[in-house]
Order: sequence, then C-alpha cells, then structure tokens
Amino acid sequence: MAGHTFRGFVRPDGSVGIRNHIAVIPTVSCAAGVAANIARAVPRAVPLMHGHGCGRALEIAMHHQVLAGLGRNPNVAAALVVGLGCETIQASAVAGEIAKTGKPCEFLVIQEQGGSGKTTEKGIEIVRRFQKEAQALRCSECPMSRIVLGLECGGSDAFSGITANPAVGLVSDWLVGCGGTVVLTETTEMIGTEHILSRRAASPEVAARVEQIISQARRRTHDILGPLASCVIAPGNMDGGLSSIREKSLGCIVKGGGTTVTQVVDYGQAPAKKGLVIMDGPGYDMESLAGLAAAGCQLIVFTTGRGTPAGFPLVPVIKVASTGRLYDLMEDDMDINAGGVLEGGSLEDIAHDLKTFAMTVMNGERTRAERNDQNGVLCIAAMTPAF
Amino acid sequence: MKHDILLINPQDNVGVALDDIPRGGKARISTGERVEAVDDIPYSHKMALEDIRAGEPVRKYGEEIGRAQTDIPRGSWVHTHNLKTGEQ
Repeated sequence: MAGHTFRGFVRPDGSVGIRNHIAVIPTVSCAAGVAANIARAVPRAVPLMHGHGCGRALEIAMHHQVLAGLGRNPNVAAALVVGLGCETIQASAVAGEIAKTGKPCEFLVIQEQGGSGKTTEKGIEIVRRFQKEAQALRCSECPMSRIVLGLECGGSDAFSGITANPAVGLVSDWLVGCGGTVVLTETTEMIGTEHILSRRAASPEVAARVEQIISQARRRTHDILGPLASCVIAPGNMDGGLSSIREKSLGCIVKGGGTTVTQVVDYGQAPAKKGLVIMDGPGYDMESLAGLAAAGCQLIVFTTGRGTPAGFPLVPVIKVASTGRLYDLMEDDMDINAGGVLEGGSLEDIAHDLKTFAMTVMNGERTRAERNDQNGVLCIAAMTPAF
Repeated sequence: MKHDILLINPQDNVGVALDDIPRGGKARISTGERVEAVDDIPYSHKMALEDIRAGEPVRKYGEEIGRAQTDIPRGSWVHTHNLKTGEQ
C-alpha cells in the first residue's frame, strides 16, 4: 500500500507538484485586468482572478495568507505577482512570502511601472522566462505521502451521504494509510459532530480547537439567520430519513474517513501535520476550493449530487457524482460515478475507481474540469463588508 | 445483485433503504444477508439490522447517531419515533 508512487515536480522547498503552472497573481482586483492580459499571452500561464486585496480590515492577514498560499501551492512552478501600488495587500510582501519556498517569483507594481501597457509588456517577458524554466523541469517518482488531498462537497443530494461521500472516505483512509494528508473543510457542515470529531482528535488541544470552530460556525449561522439557520445547517430539511443534524453532518464528514484528526488549521493555512486535518472554512464551494488550494492541496475531490462544473485554476478537481442519473445528465463534467452503489455495487468498488483515477490525475491525466477550462474567478472567504 | 439496504460501515447496526421496502418484505442487505422488514421502510430511511435494546446506541457511519428510545427489533424502521438524538 505504502509502495504507491506518482510522478511529480519536486519544488525547492521539498513539496511536490502534480502540475507545473506559472501563476500570475493580482494582489488586488484593480490589477486583475493586467494579470489576465499577461497570462493570455503565454500558453499555460494561469491568472488567479479574484475580487479582493483592498478595502477591508479584518480580512487583511487572511487574504494575504491566501494569495501567498496560492503562489506557494506545489502545483505552481513560478509566480508573478502583479500589484497596483496603493492597495492594502502589497505585491512585494506577497511575492516575498512565495519566494521563501525557493521557487522563482517576481512582482510588478502598475503605478511604478508607468501603467497597464508597460506592466503587461514587462510581465509577459517575465512569464515567458518562467515558462522556459518550468518546461525544463523533469518529474521524478514520489511517494504518496507527499500528496495533500482536499475534500469538498457541493450541490449535495439525499445520496451524497450514502454513495459518494462514504466512498471518498475510504480513499481518504487509504491516503492517510500511505502517510499522506487529507484536508476536510466546510465547518458549517460539521455542526452536530463536535463530540465525534473531538473524540477522534490527536490531543486535547486539537479537540478543543475542533469544538471551538464548530460552535463558532453554529453561533454565526444562528446570529445571522435566526430561525432560518436550520435551512443552512440542514439543507433539504431533515426528512429523507435523516433523524438529526448530527446524522446529516456525518454524511458530509464521512468524506474524511475514520482516522485521527491530527490538526486544525485556519482557512488557507498549510497543514504542518500529516493525516486527517480539518480546515476551518465556509460551506460555499468556491470559497472552500480557494482555501484548500491556498493550504497547499495539489488535488481536490469534489462530490456532488445536483452537479457542478466548477474547477480551480491551479488544482485538478475530481468530480464524483452521487447517482448514475447525475453522471449521465452531466457526463462532460463528472469524472466518477458513485451511483453504482445504488445498483448493487459496493462502496469499495467506487473507492477503487476513484483511487485509480486519482493516481492517473497525479500522473498528469486531466480531470473533466481541467479539460473544460473551468478556471473562472476564484472566491476567497470574507466575513465583513468592504469600507 | 442489486441490494435494497446499504450498510455504510461494518460497525453500523442500521442500514439505509435504497428502495421502499414493504412490511414483510425480505430485504437484501449489501452484505449479502436477508432481513425481513417488520415495518414499512420508506426509501432512504433506516432499518435496524440487529435487535437494539432501549438505551443502546444506534450506529451509522460507524458512529453513534443516538440511542434507542424503545427496544427496536431487527427489521424495524428507525427514525425520530424510536431514536433519541438529544439534539434540537
């Protein structure tokens, strides 16, 4: 089991990428157009279009960490940070964080370069150079323990919790058994499982953190939504055979499998531990994906019941359909059909399909979301309105 | 062969119905066993796969989802009428 390997790009900091992207990262949405123009001119350069970087106070540290984390993601060979100049999150600081990994990273500031045209021209030059360097990098055989797998469920249906999610849980247990890391997030969807997850924690400190982030998510949901909170905590209401919020949430957290929770990290923070790690974060799929990518996940498994085409610019996202009906309906967007469980197949069969496919993706096979270019605007979590 | 009841975790004492199962029906469990339904089990609801005594834990996903409020014989429908979850 521990003998499985994949062919990855070993970065100077020892992390291993399963893709070899050049990231062009605007620090603020005012610089996004320039970043897009730079990336458009160079094949396989990836612009990370987002709507943040300024105008907020409480989120500065978190957003700074997320932008730097995206550049540090092992799937990024080199990064160009493009700033405007007067924004809160400064290009030099973000680039400085990324450069600590030892990978090539430079920054340009539009107000210093003399406008968008000159910045774009210079940016293209830099990214072309990065691209040449990246193309010269060779893959090497790496152990499965270097994989950090992110988990996501979105557009769930009554079957997500009995087909797709438990099958993903078996793959999570397998990866943890290989010495790898699995990141479970979407704290809102853990409400009701505080005691279960904290009992599985590696230490009293981790247990306390688990309980704290879940009770905070519960409180926040009730504070903002009042009597409507239950619609968010238990979407689709409690019928369909679910007897409690705990049982509903168990159907979500089962994606993480049954191993010990080794660490709790903040949104977008890279785990320091191997094994099953919980990342505090919202249930909104798109913000969740950005947080997982910033935390350093090279691969994401995304279960869905209603179906979504969503991917992420830097990270292959494997879509697992909860039913054969969805798989057939949105076949172009789905990678794995977990619906076989409803037709006499076993969870182990689906887990085997998923594990086999995940290993081909680690070795370069493109997911549906990658083939379909599902790399739109990325969403980063925020809790307060902009000033 | 297609089964009617899915056992999600080997430690569970309830399974999930993948079809409506009428009372008296011999449900095929994903483990290969057959269990006679002693109640109507609605589609996507839970069926007891062993006798569960009042006060004993009901397990799904390998975890306790609540305690039996009454004795629950094997083959029974398990839901809020006989499962105490201790939650709002």
